[in-house]
Amino acid sequence: MERDLSFVEAIREATDQEMGRDPSVIVFGLDVDDPKAIQGTTQGLVEKYGQERVFCTPLSEDAMTGVAIGMALAGLRPIHIHIRMDFLMLAMNQLINIAAKSHYMYGGQIHVPIVVRSMIGKSWGQGAQHSQALYSFFMHVPGLKVVVPTTPYDAKGCLIHAVRDNNPVMYVEHRLLHFQRGPVPDQLYTVPPGKARVTVKGDNVTLVGISYMQVECLRAQQYLEDEDIHAEVIDPIWLSPLDIETIVASVRKTGALCVVDNGWTTCGASAEIITKVTERLQGIRDMRVRRMGFAPVTCPPTPTLESNFYPNGRTIASAVYNLVKGDSHNWMPVERNDLKEIEFKGPF
Amino acid sequence: MYEKFYRSLYRIRRVEEEVARVYPTDKIKSPVHLSIGQEVVAVGVCEALRPDDVVFCSYRSHAAYLAKGGDLKQMIAEMYGKVTGCAKGKGGSMHLVDVAHGVMGASAVVGTTIAHAVGYAYALKFQRKDSVVVSFFGDGATDEGVFYESLNFAALKKLPVIFVCENNLYAIHTHQMRRQSNPNIHERAHVFGMPAERIEDDVLRIYERVSAAVQALRASEPGPFFFECMTYRWKEHVGPNDDFHLGYRTREEAEPWFKNDQVKRLAEMIDPRQRERIEQEVEAEIQAAFAFAEESPFPDSVELFTDVFMEAV
Repeated sequence: MERDLSFVEAIREATDQEMGRDPSVIVFGLDVDDPKAIQGTTQGLVEKYGQERVFCTPLSEDAMTGVAIGMALAGLRPIHIHIRMDFLMLAMNQLINIAAKSHYMYGGQIHVPIVVRSMIGKSWGQGAQHSQALYSFFMHVPGLKVVVPTTPYDAKGCLIHAVRDNNPVMYVEHRLLHFQRGPVPDQLYTVPPGKARVTVKGDNVTLVGISYMQVECLRAQQYLEDEDIHAEVIDPIWLSPLDIETIVASVRKTGALCVVDNGWTTCGASAEIITKVTERLQGIRDMRVRRMGFAPVTCPPTPTLESNFYPNGRTIASAVYNLVKGDSHNWMPVERNDLKEIEFKGPF
Repeated sequence: MYEKFYRSLYRIRRVEEEVARVYPTDKIKSPVHLSIGQEVVAVGVCEALRPDDVVFCSYRSHAAYLAKGGDLKQMIAEMYGKVTGCAKGKGGSMHLVDVAHGVMGASAVVGTTIAHAVGYAYALKFQRKDSVVVSFFGDGATDEGVFYESLNFAALKKLPVIFVCENNLYAIHTHQMRRQSNPNIHERAHVFGMPAERIEDDVLRIYERVSAAVQALRASEPGPFFFECMTYRWKEHVGPNDDFHLGYRTREEAEPWFKNDQVKRLAEMIDPRQRERIEQEVEAEIQAAFAFAEESPFPDSVELFTDVFMEAV
């Protein structure tokens, strides 16, 4: 049976149901059992499963990531939660040098079934260290899986798959996606890697939106419809392993590809996607490409600068308009009331 | 009773000497961080453990691997880069592993596995098992932040983990005095409220004190425990040679350690005929292991791409 849940509720339900099904699942991280319950995603878990399975940790991201690895070696399946993706920088040695590499460098004797949840912040002055989206770091290293679900349905299915996967999975959420609502089945199900989703079908341009930029791409798609440009919007869902076939098939049809990343473009997921598609279609199909993402600067908190740091539905539509028309126009759609940005008034 | 200590010490010493002897032939295609001079710590500790206990190691892991019961043939084959190695040639000397015998891995990045040991201990307590975890690391690891984070969490949760610092006074070539404001490493553990002591170069004393800790943990007394075991690396940091010529340390400093060689000490404590039998058995075992490594094949080129992920079970 399906009902509407928020992204937060979908994560909470996935966690609760998997913990109920599998007694080896453990949840920990800073503040996971405090009254705010990680934006509500861990609500009720400590009461239901006890303090040995759900616990807060000292501010020790390095060691606690190592602890997660050690637990996994002993047969537990830990979910380690970081309320900010920026804090993962303290955990990099364990993630990159051990979690990613153990199955390979120990010749298959060891595997590391850990899930690392983290959240990307945006707006209301989150600023330099509360706004980063560093999933391309993890895409770069063999041995890690990376997923960026954008819908409540995918949030639940991807998390359940991540918990059951015998490999380390970076499960990357976006703070503003937490407010998304959508249909979610009440039973257990998985959204495994290997299948990107075509959110809207179209013939004129392929528009790939990663993480929160999927929402902005859907706004852009609406603006472009007003100009009779029909964008095919794709949500990659899993970034590693990446379903490039769906994107290649789309670009083969449209001949134009715009990837909107929720991160910096240099060496980012957008660079990877565009290169993969180009390698496949060069000489086969005329195509034009464009990537968009954060401005190549540190994220500023002051609102006028902050709003220009990010692509949005209108700037994406404008860029795609140029991409499709083939030259430079000054077209910028007037903001429609029904496509206004989610107003996020903090405090967090 | 002393036979088992002698066998383990002699075996490790001879394996390492053979590795050193073979090394100039380039058959071992891996950096080697030899345990010569430091065997005592691994042997004293591991003789106090059961097969279902586990150890986590540093990159200088040959002694702990062997003392815990790691497969010798697979260890040598791994260093030769052969597919019959414990990691199919994909780990090398710095990443020895033998899960079946409780050797849960080693890291080249100093201090990394201390946190793994703590996590494994958390799982054991959660699973209500009475096996224990030993975390081996050097004095260099006690400079790293992860050391303090790990001790804190282990103490907070009262975990069944025994921290064993092999203090050989040097992190590569840099003496402890140049790195640490307080060289009494065991005192750092006191801060977290755990029993911590320093033990000098004495395999039987290490065995006695670690046995007591292990017994306490199995009786569900709260952990962790900390032992700072003083020891000395005879050879260079990496490789088979001496390095006194480099000048960062002197033979004078090393002499007392050579004199107190526990391998010789234990040899004198056992019956000479037992000693001879043990030595013959060990030499035969070592010869067979090196022959096994020599005769084993390298991995097929397709193995480059395997084991990135564990496939779905």
